[in-house]
Amino acid sequence: MLDRHEILEKRGLLLSVAILVVVAIGGIVEIAPLFYLESTIEKVKGVRPYSPLELAGRNIYLREGCYTCHSQMVRPLRDEVERYGHYSLAAESMYDHPFQWGSKRTGPDLARVGGKYSDAWHQQHLVDPRSVVPESVMPPYAMLNERALDYSQVEAWLKANRVVGVPYTDEMIENAKNDLEAQVDPFSEIYDDFIARYPKAQIREFDGDPRKITEMDAMIAYLQVLGTMVDFSTYEAEENYR
Amino acid sequence: MSDKEIDQPTGVETTGHEWDGIKELNNPLPRWWLIILWISIVWSVVYWILMPSWPGISGHFAGIRGHSDRENVAIAISALETERSAQMQQLKSVSSINDIESDPQLLQFVLEAGESMFGDNCATCHGAGGQGFKGYPALVDDAWLWGGTLDNISKTLHHGIRSTHPESRLSVMQAYGELGVFNGDQINDMVEYVVNLSGRDANADAVARATPLYQQQCVSCHGVDGTGDQTQGAPNLTDAIWLYGGERSEIYETIKNGREGVMPHWTDRLTDEQITALAVYVHSLGGGE
Ligand code: HEC
Ligand code: HEC
Ligand code: HEC
Repeated sequence: MLDRHEILEKRGLLLSVAILVVVAIGGIVEIAPLFYLESTIEKVKGVRPYSPLELAGRNIYLREGCYTCHSQMVRPLRDEVERYGHYSLAAESMYDHPFQWGSKRTGPDLARVGGKYSDAWHQQHLVDPRSVVPESVMPPYAMLNERALDYSQVEAWLKANRVVGVPYTDEMIENAKNDLEAQVDPFSEIYDDFIARYPKAQIREFDGDPRKITEMDAMIAYLQVLGTMVDFSTYEAEENYR
Repeated sequence: MSDKEIDQPTGVETTGHEWDGIKELNNPLPRWWLIILWISIVWSVVYWILMPSWPGISGHFAGIRGHSDRENVAIAISALETERSAQMQQLKSVSSINDIESDPQLLQFVLEAGESMFGDNCATCHGAGGQGFKGYPALVDDAWLWGGTLDNISKTLHHGIRSTHPESRLSVMQAYGELGVFNGDQINDMVEYVVNLSGRDANADAVARATPLYQQQCVSCHGVDGTGDQTQGAPNLTDAIWLYGGERSEIYETIKNGREGVMPHWTDRLTDEQITALAVYVHSLGGGE
């Protein structure tokens, strides 16, 4: 039997098929269960799809490659939990496509950065990181302050996410533009509708400039919601040991 | 591969592959390499059996050891809590800074815990040693916006300043220029008034013109003499310590655009005992009252 490798080695097509079969076993074992196993995502309350403004911020986070230096995954290790807070749950990234767990921590983990800083701090830090953290190696992103947010495609962003499983409703998609604008306007006429669609969303002038919606608004709205959605009082830690 | 050909000079069998008369020897793999390969294969089987591995229909095979990272971290944290519980218990009942300072062991524990929490949570705004930045007050000096007693510091930490907490400390230094209360000249006069308050040379005419405006607009918070009011977080304008800078241009900006510094609240992130430890640490930085 061990001498017969020639059979495979001399037939290119057969070899390809055999490789495919072997690789597929690994793939099926790792990936297939995620589609049917209910237990992979914890049952917790509070996690909702990103609001249009938060999603826009997330797109900028991807565009700028913030994930190359920042993870979004508090691992279940004592020192991490002490520093960052509760370890990350699968449920917290179920609407992240693709997820932002990351694998490199040049800067701190951002999974629970929401609420840790003021909007003004985020703004100042993004414009000039070394003005608040003198030893920082983070690059400045001052242009976020200047650039008007281009959200002409916002409905398409929501639709694309719906295709991969985020439960955006028709109503959410229809109102995406208005919802995006409502989140930076505390006196918006659709305040109540917006909050009903995106419970607990934070509504304010994130970059302190009411004249236009900038990329900074979107980025700060995204950073401020990170890690704040799960209602940990509904989380049964022991049932979800793994 | 039935009749194996033996290569004459080396006495090793060939693989039977031949390229332009050159034949490949079928040397056995190095023994050490094979041993490692077999050990790895055996280990992987052992690992499958011991540790969580194969997925099933409604869950996964948890492994004989029943290993769970989440359970382990819960155990590690509760061990840590037990280790600290005596001191944390003491902190619960602390009512004044004297309670802590009279107990050197507790004090040392609190300062160490406070220092590490300060590094994780506060240093990015207040500076690594609490020296502060423009807009982020220094915590090492005797100048306090909201008061430097342990109680005051502790309240600031619990509820924050202009934060999202319902009991947040609130007050507004409004935008006198933007809101049209003062015109540009009046702001300039007011800047001279503030410069004069801080004991520096100022234009006497401007100060005289600004005096009634100050009486009308500013005394309710900054006081008649300009020494501020800690119940409203209004800074002392007579000293050389500036939150937003003491240059004329900076004072101009403060009066024209207003200032509303935000300090997040910490009740969601830290326990009461941790906040007490932090408050004691901040108190010990030099300016505690
Ligand atoms: C070259 C690596 C690098 C990149 C790229 C980078 N950062 Fe950072 N970031 C850091 C470092 C290092 C720190 C820690 C020092 C500091 O606070 O500036 C940091 C800190 C932060 C913090 C504060 C976290 C905390 O808990 O203190 C935030 C928020 C942040 N970065 C956001 C971003 C965003 C948003 C982007 C993309 C626009 C980004 N970073 C890109 C390196 C990076
Ligand atoms: C987002 C930045 C930020 C972070 C993080 C932060 N602070 Fe502050 N803190 C501020 C600002 C801004 C003020 C001043 C608010 C004002 O203008 O009244 C302040 C005020 C204070 C005061 C009151 C000072 C006074 O003079 O009365 C104390 C005490 C304090 N902070 C302690 C802390 C501690 C301890 C931590 C860490 C748990 C912390 N801060 C984290 C921004 C921050
Ligand atoms: C409602 C209360 C209130 C009134 C009225 C008020 N202030 Fe203030 N003022 C504040 C507070 C609170 C701050 C601190 C803001 C902060 O911490 O972000 C402040 C800050 C300042 C500062 C900055 C001090 C520093 O250390 O950088 C100046 C200067 C100042 N006020 C001048 C004035 C003048 C001049 C007037 C009258 C025209 C005035 N204020 C009226 C509450 C008030």
